[in-house]
Amino acid sequence: MGLEVRVSGLWYAVGEVEILKGVNAGFPEGEITCVVGPSGAGKSTLLRAVNRLIEPTAGEVYLDGLPTSGMDPLLLRQRVGMVFQLPALFGGSVEDAILYGARLAEKDSDAERLLEMVGLDPPIGRKDPQTLSVGQQQRVSIARALALEPEVLLLDEPTSALDAAARRRIEDLIRELNAKLKLTIVLVSHALDQVERVADHVVLLAAGGSEGEWSKEGFFSGACGERARLFISGRL
Amino acid sequence: MEGLETVLSALLTLGLVAIAVALSLYERLDLEKDIGIAVVRSFVQLAAIGYAINYIFALESLPAVVLLLAGMVGFAAWTSARRAKGVPHALPVAAGAIGAAAVATLGALLLLQVVPPTAQYLIPLGGMVIGNSMNTASLTLARVRDDVAEQRLKVEAALALGATSRQAVSPILKTALRSAMIPLIDSTKTTGIIFLPGAMVGMIIAGADPLEAARLQIVVLYMLLGSVSIAAILAGLFSYRSFFTPRHQLRPDSREG
Repeated sequence: MGLEVRVSGLWYAVGEVEILKGVNAGFPEGEITCVVGPSGAGKSTLLRAVNRLIEPTAGEVYLDGLPTSGMDPLLLRQRVGMVFQLPALFGGSVEDAILYGARLAEKDSDAERLLEMVGLDPPIGRKDPQTLSVGQQQRVSIARALALEPEVLLLDEPTSALDAAARRRIEDLIRELNAKLKLTIVLVSHALDQVERVADHVVLLAAGGSEGEWSKEGFFSGACGERARLFISGRL
Repeated sequence: MEGLETVLSALLTLGLVAIAVALSLYERLDLEKDIGIAVVRSFVQLAAIGYAINYIFALESLPAVVLLLAGMVGFAAWTSARRAKGVPHALPVAAGAIGAAAVATLGALLLLQVVPPTAQYLIPLGGMVIGNSMNTASLTLARVRDDVAEQRLKVEAALALGATSRQAVSPILKTALRSAMIPLIDSTKTTGIIFLPGAMVGMIIAGADPLEAARLQIVVLYMLLGSVSIAAILAGLFSYRSFFTPRHQLRPDSREG
């Protein structure tokens, strides 16, 4: 089961550079939220604040209403899984790669079941991960995050390194996992066609600030407001 | 008069340095300036240490020996930290690693009564321990720094899967320690076959019994293996933390701005 995630007044600065400037956003329980915005809007940074790979300068991330600043970051990351733009798999075999986090957490996980869940044939588990295609590697990195049985899954442009066909198959997988596991999913995306196919909910960021959030239908309807219209027409 | 002749004959070997300079000029290696600095510095430093050791021998005081060794550790740490630019707190990290390696190995030699606690043994052996530990600490620090920058993606992927900083950085530490220690391990393996080490060469030239020279050389090699391992492990363990926050977050890359 998924959890509701909410960020409130989130600031993040590196030295003099402010990347997030008071972002407010909600990611509803069990839904797929797409985070969109022009490049440099702070989309990836927002995602990394949710599982506390970075420490926000100010503001709070709430998981099911509870502030995450007081939580053990290692346990938080087990509950909030993350998939990056590039797979970055480690270990000698696909199975080792999938079970990396689960073994650290001393959790019993079934690599074969996870491989099936992400649409790969179990015998692939014995292969060297570097011999797989990037699309397959990205599936393995999703399986690796699922091995920890997270309640929230963060996906940072997971299809940006893939060709069109592989991209569509990963999108189908994301919808499937959401339906089957009722995971709360947050997907950073730069492609509006992807948002249209995958999202339930849309959050728009620009220049480190929130510009609003909508249901998918509301976002693509004419009534989404001036800023969203500018973004959709590529002029934000 | 004899001392002057020795200096003159040393200066004659400068002709060999001219070969290096000529090569640098011919191949445009742009190393002439560095070679020049190295020649002048080594001359001044060795002459100075020669006089200093002479003076300390005459003092026959153990605290003076310890003070000199401490000064050498400080200078080695400073040199190592300069090589490790971009490693936060590099100076205390290098000083800790090199100092601990020197204290542990020289202390062991004294406790086991392998060598007597005199300036004649402690200063040259200490110099070897500190010099080798310095090289190892520099190599380890630079490697950890470069690999953390290059493999940020992997390190963060591991952190995102619930790994601690230590677990996330452990493959990097392993490679850094291996690459810092392998040169000495290899030269220890081949010692006596491919080359005769410096201490042994010096003793044989000075007229010592070759067997006695071999005995001392074995002590030196084992001592160096020990001290280099200590310096590498401590430099790695002390330095990796500075790339992370206490909450297992990789610090922002300074190059990102």
